[in-house]
Amino acid sequence: MSTDQSGCGAPAGGVTITKDAAGKEAIVEGHVLRDGVPVGSGYARLLGTGDEFVAEVPLGADGGFRFFAAPGEWTLRVLAPGGVRSECTVSADIGHITTVEVAV
Amino acid sequence: MSRSDVLVDADWVEAHIGEPGVALVEVDEDTSAYDGGHIPSAIKIDWKKDLQDPVRRDFVDKAGFEALLSERGISNDDTVVLYGGNNNWFAAYAYWYFKLYGHNNVLLLDGGRKKWELDSRELTTDVPSPDKTSYTASEQDPALRALRDEVIAAIGKRNLVDVRSPDEFAGRLLAPAHLPQEQAQRGGHIPTARNVPWSKAANEDGTFKSDAELETLYKDDAGVDFSKDTIAYCRIGERSAHTWFVLHEILGLPNVKNYDGSWTEYGSLVGVPIELGDAR
Repeated sequence: MSTDQSGCGAPAGGVTITKDAAGKEAIVEGHVLRDGVPVGSGYARLLGTGDEFVAEVPLGADGGFRFFAAPGEWTLRVLAPGGVRSECTVSADIGHITTVEVAV
Repeated sequence: MSRSDVLVDADWVEAHIGEPGVALVEVDEDTSAYDGGHIPSAIKIDWKKDLQDPVRRDFVDKAGFEALLSERGISNDDTVVLYGGNNNWFAAYAYWYFKLYGHNNVLLLDGGRKKWELDSRELTTDVPSPDKTSYTASEQDPALRALRDEVIAAIGKRNLVDVRSPDEFAGRLLAPAHLPQEQAQRGGHIPTARNVPWSKAANEDGTFKSDAELETLYKDDAGVDFSKDTIAYCRIGERSAHTWFVLHEILGLPNVKNYDGSWTEYGSLVGVPIELGDAR
């Protein structure tokens, strides 16, 4: 089983966007990559305090995922075939897209 | 009813792929998931296009369900095995729906599509074309489905189990965090409802927790009174179908209904009581 606790490449601050794009949403999105190649099979999970499950999405063919979260700190966990399990901490703010790149 | 009567594992499904009399059906929230690869021999049911009336908010009627299953090649005698993404939300919804229309020989693949994928089991893009059948459905079983007036009358009397996330229960979000925040006019929950997020019933790989863990979760941790009748609800009735499956099919509680109108209906009703805040 491969576990990577430091695979999160969240850029500081993410991208602030106009109301046309995110409006009142607090968006956390990004991609999962293995050696720079998108991981198209797997799942991204958003967890709250105490690992409380909030949401989960399957990764897109480009390794992409997106959550419309409440503002705050979240744990992002990625599961993929082969026992891959990677996680990092992300924050979400209203009117803001937090972009995360997860390496597994 | 017990776990072994209603659940099969991936090994069982692999051993029965293509077997006559076994109809494997994928039902997803992301209805394009099937097209990208599915379990060999599985047919697809679109939870929205196939199972919802295209005009008013309700299910397809009995004749519509009969036409759907006939067209997809499912017979009354078939063992229907359902699976899907999102930890089987919509597969559990379809399971409940099949039961509602009287198809009792139905099973759920434990862990659904997620466990199958994480196990790196075979997926195919080949679409089967089974012969059409003449499926006959029963009238809807009212013992399984709660409508809004029954839900309002149940406040303070029956168990109301809100299976949404704590943020939705408290009124901070109106939808799960992977969906745009829209739909109901008001946030919050039905007064007296207990909050037991559906996810607490599932392991990380999507399989259901053990009977003992499930009983502790609802009875001991959340205070659900197993001697009372129960109504489960969420946002649109799919996550609560997952919990209906746990309470009615796995744990065998006799009187459990799914309120498929759920929060998108209740949270938009004029004049009904709503409670805000976290679970107590």
